[in-house]
Amino acid sequence: MKKNVRLFVLFVLLALVVGACGTPATVAPAPVQPTEPAAPAATEEPAATEEPAAEEPFRVAVVMPSAINDLAFSQSMHDALLRIQEEMGGESMFEIVYSENMFVVDDAAAALRDYASQGFDLVIGHGSQYGSSLQEIAPDFPETSFAWGTTVDTFGLPNVFAYEAASDQGGFVNGAIAASLSESNIIGVVGPIETGDAKLYVDGFKAGAEAIKPDIDVRVSYIGSFSDVALASEAANTHVSAGADVLTGTAQMVVGAIGVAEENDVLWFGTQSNQASLAPSVVVASQVYHWEGILAEMIDMIKGGTLGGQSFIIDLANGGEVIEFNPEYELVANVNTVAEQTIQGIIDGSITIDLGQ
Amino acid sequence: MRSRLNSLFDALLPVIATLAALGVGAVMLLVLGANPLEAYGALWVGAFGSTNAFAETLVKATPLLLVALGICISFRGDVINIGGEGQMIVGAILATSVGLTFTGLPGWLVIAMAMLAGFIGGGIWGGIPGVLKAYFNVNEILSTVMMNAIAVQFMNFMLRGPMIDPSQAELASKIPQTARLLEPFRLLRWAPTRLHLGALIAVVLAILVYILLWRTTLGYRIRAVGQNPNASRYAGIDVKRHVVLALLLSGAFAGLAGMIQVYGVNYRMITDGSASGFTGSAGFNGIVAALFGQLHPIWSIPASVLFGALLVGANSMQRMVQIPSALVTALNGLVVVFVVSSEIWRRRRQRRRLAAAKEEDVPPKPDPDTPGKTKVRA
Amino acid sequence: MISDLFSVTVLVGILASGIRLATPYLYAAIGETFAQRSGVLNLGVEGQMLLGAFAAFYVALTTGNLGLAVLVAMLVGAIMGLAMAFVTVNLHAQQGISGIGFYLFGLGMSDLLFQKMLGTVETVRGFPRIHIPVLSDIPGLGQIFFSQNLMVYAAYLLVPIAWFVLNKTTLGLKIRSVGENPEAADSLGVSVAGVRYFTIVLGGTLSGVAGASLSIALLNVFQQNMTSGLGFIAVALVYFGGWRPWGVLGGALLFSMVNSLQLWIQVLGIPIPSDIAVMMPYVLTILVLVASVSRVRGPSALTKPFERED
Repeated sequence: MKKNVRLFVLFVLLALVVGACGTPATVAPAPVQPTEPAAPAATEEPAATEEPAAEEPFRVAVVMPSAINDLAFSQSMHDALLRIQEEMGGESMFEIVYSENMFVVDDAAAALRDYASQGFDLVIGHGSQYGSSLQEIAPDFPETSFAWGTTVDTFGLPNVFAYEAASDQGGFVNGAIAASLSESNIIGVVGPIETGDAKLYVDGFKAGAEAIKPDIDVRVSYIGSFSDVALASEAANTHVSAGADVLTGTAQMVVGAIGVAEENDVLWFGTQSNQASLAPSVVVASQVYHWEGILAEMIDMIKGGTLGGQSFIIDLANGGEVIEFNPEYELVANVNTVAEQTIQGIIDGSITIDLGQ
Repeated sequence: MRSRLNSLFDALLPVIATLAALGVGAVMLLVLGANPLEAYGALWVGAFGSTNAFAETLVKATPLLLVALGICISFRGDVINIGGEGQMIVGAILATSVGLTFTGLPGWLVIAMAMLAGFIGGGIWGGIPGVLKAYFNVNEILSTVMMNAIAVQFMNFMLRGPMIDPSQAELASKIPQTARLLEPFRLLRWAPTRLHLGALIAVVLAILVYILLWRTTLGYRIRAVGQNPNASRYAGIDVKRHVVLALLLSGAFAGLAGMIQVYGVNYRMITDGSASGFTGSAGFNGIVAALFGQLHPIWSIPASVLFGALLVGANSMQRMVQIPSALVTALNGLVVVFVVSSEIWRRRRQRRRLAAAKEEDVPPKPDPDTPGKTKVRA
Repeated sequence: MISDLFSVTVLVGILASGIRLATPYLYAAIGETFAQRSGVLNLGVEGQMLLGAFAAFYVALTTGNLGLAVLVAMLVGAIMGLAMAFVTVNLHAQQGISGIGFYLFGLGMSDLLFQKMLGTVETVRGFPRIHIPVLSDIPGLGQIFFSQNLMVYAAYLLVPIAWFVLNKTTLGLKIRSVGENPEAADSLGVSVAGVRYFTIVLGGTLSGVAGASLSIALLNVFQQNMTSGLGFIAVALVYFGGWRPWGVLGGALLFSMVNSLQLWIQVLGIPIPSDIAVMMPYVLTILVLVASVSRVRGPSALTKPFERED
């Protein structure tokens, strides 16, 4: 037991040293992340190390519900911000700060408020569960611009943007291609919970498949979770056993289902981010969200003095949604035509999607 | 004087253990290439650095304290309630539906009714495992784990179905959330912070739970059943009934925590499909807070604040120095392990004091860990 | 549509996927059974699983050696078990709480390592399905029993082994006596601390394997929090099984098959709200236990630290 005591004392000493000088004197850049660290809170005196920049950088803070590398919703936003950063000339011109895995709604609210009080130019709540918090925070920071999605509701506030993905469009295209490729005429869909962006995609997918083959059997299972990879994978297995020869799914837990598709050599359609890297032999296409277009628009408006009040939609027509085909999967020529025609039809308005609700 | 020093040491022990855990965390930060001083500075500033930061800490501590109060009751009764998450959810659903239904009634009345509804909802969700344990011999760990999962699906079902915000029902996005509570139904806030009346309610309840456990027959019986069910049975106490009551009350406080989160913080229920999206894992963390507070309702107050500060500060650490949230989770785990391990020193001292007290023939304070001891005292 | 449920395809599907789904539960719950029989509740299973899952995935990805991957997962689980043992046996920490601490640690640590060492979701070539010649061609049965992967078979092999060790060996006797009456065991010269160290480390090792079975055999991916509560279900299944390996097997199969059944219900388009379908395995597990009114008593010294009277 004596050893324990000694160990403990060691820890205490270590901790006391840490605790005693636990106030940030200087702010050194954190080398672990590709982005600049956030400026210290307003109560801190301005850091001495800050270089006097020729032009003030545009500063964006984003709060995301899952990890930035989830190959799905959060990653789509993070990738878009990085692309904008590249375009605008790197970190010195465009600063990105993020909080990931903020699935706890009231933690996210605290983060949003904190970012706002730090004077960021644009604060993004990337999750429909954050809207309520923004509605409350935005009026307290009239100089800051906020954005949230996916929705169309700006609450009538002059400093709130809203954005949404017309995921039913990409779903429709995926569905049309899937139906053309299916031989068993049974398609399996794995979803998280029956709501929001996921439901929109799934409903669009169904409509697209049925537009090509009215008698196609699109079977949907929602596994009741955004994180249960094992159950998502078993749902895919179930679809395969039930005769499905094409699968799709949405949200970050489908990575397990993609593995099942590969193992059983059935086709897979992705959404939100490009999922071809997970199973190059069976992923046909992914609907990929490119938020950078509307983000650039927002940034221009903010620079011009308009801080909000408008809602944006990314869709196939404005290039915010792109169907990215997997180069390693060779699409049959006539199906390729179906794909192109469907995309074109949605863009020019000759195809309207009836979600039948 | 001596005894005061003793209790000071007891009170400081969790703090020392927390610091020790942060010391280990500092090594991890160094390995990651981050500056520990800067990181912990951000933690401190985030939790206590400003009025607003401290208010956020208290907001975080409030549901922890309420859950912890329930845990004090159930663990004293020797039943392990790890169903706080589910109980919070069900309590919140019932309380929210009260607020959305009785829109014509005055605010104070609706809040009172909602508190009752939250209490009842959580009580039902805790009472079921209680009945299952007492009368069907179903272990409470099993049933509360299962009940948590059931509550989550129930919440998802309600929020995207019967209780969905009417304005969302029309939109394509169909966010699974309820309508917002009307202005008069929201708990008073200390503007401009988010600190709300719920914090005060929780503190008052902590005192009431203390009275319940040590000044009433019910509390005495729950503790007696927890310490020695056989002896209690011989003494004529209905053991089964008190097992049910312990779990029911424990669940009721968690349900109240759920109600407070809706009426004090979010003003509506939103689901992201998981329990923690709504509860912030308070149902689990409350257990930890209760143990930090040595299963004593009053000590649970500072313990909840400490743990709340850690959670709030950790988030701010992520924001200010971009430390992955994963490290913060691991760090919290270390803190829990260190604090619970440090208990051994407190118990040793207590035992020594007990021995001394026995000689003086002073009735010793009940040892909160007695249910957890096999040692037969002569 | 309901009648569709009673077809051979569905039945075979339910059994086959039930057997697969039960695999990680079995490893983790058998390990937990040993720990609990010796009087230690380990709530940190989920954290050990996550670290094991990551370790196995990483080794499999970088070396392609699946055997080594499992070994490393076992090692990582064992180290976690060792830490848990030190904290519960030597420091007498409240077991439920320290378990939650280890869970949080594993949850965060596995995610952190994932972000720093991999950075993105990738797939790995895991244990392939074994198609046992002739047997796997039997309609139905072949699909259910004879075309699973190696880690699935190993999990089921573990059940009789665990039963044998617990009930037919001196080691098992020691474990049970330490869990029932540590004072008596101690007075008979059994090292209570030694036995508990052994069972907790064994439990950690098997939890590590449980994680590996997910990341390199069943799913072949790693993602943050990929176990998603599975470890807690595994602990619950130990209670369901009345602390007996065969009972644990029954519980794991029941839970998994009902889960598979609810997936089929949705696939077949039977009109039940998806959330209600997802609830089914949880509700049924409780109901079965209520109906069976099990009278099994747990190890008397469960969750109770042992301290020698000096």
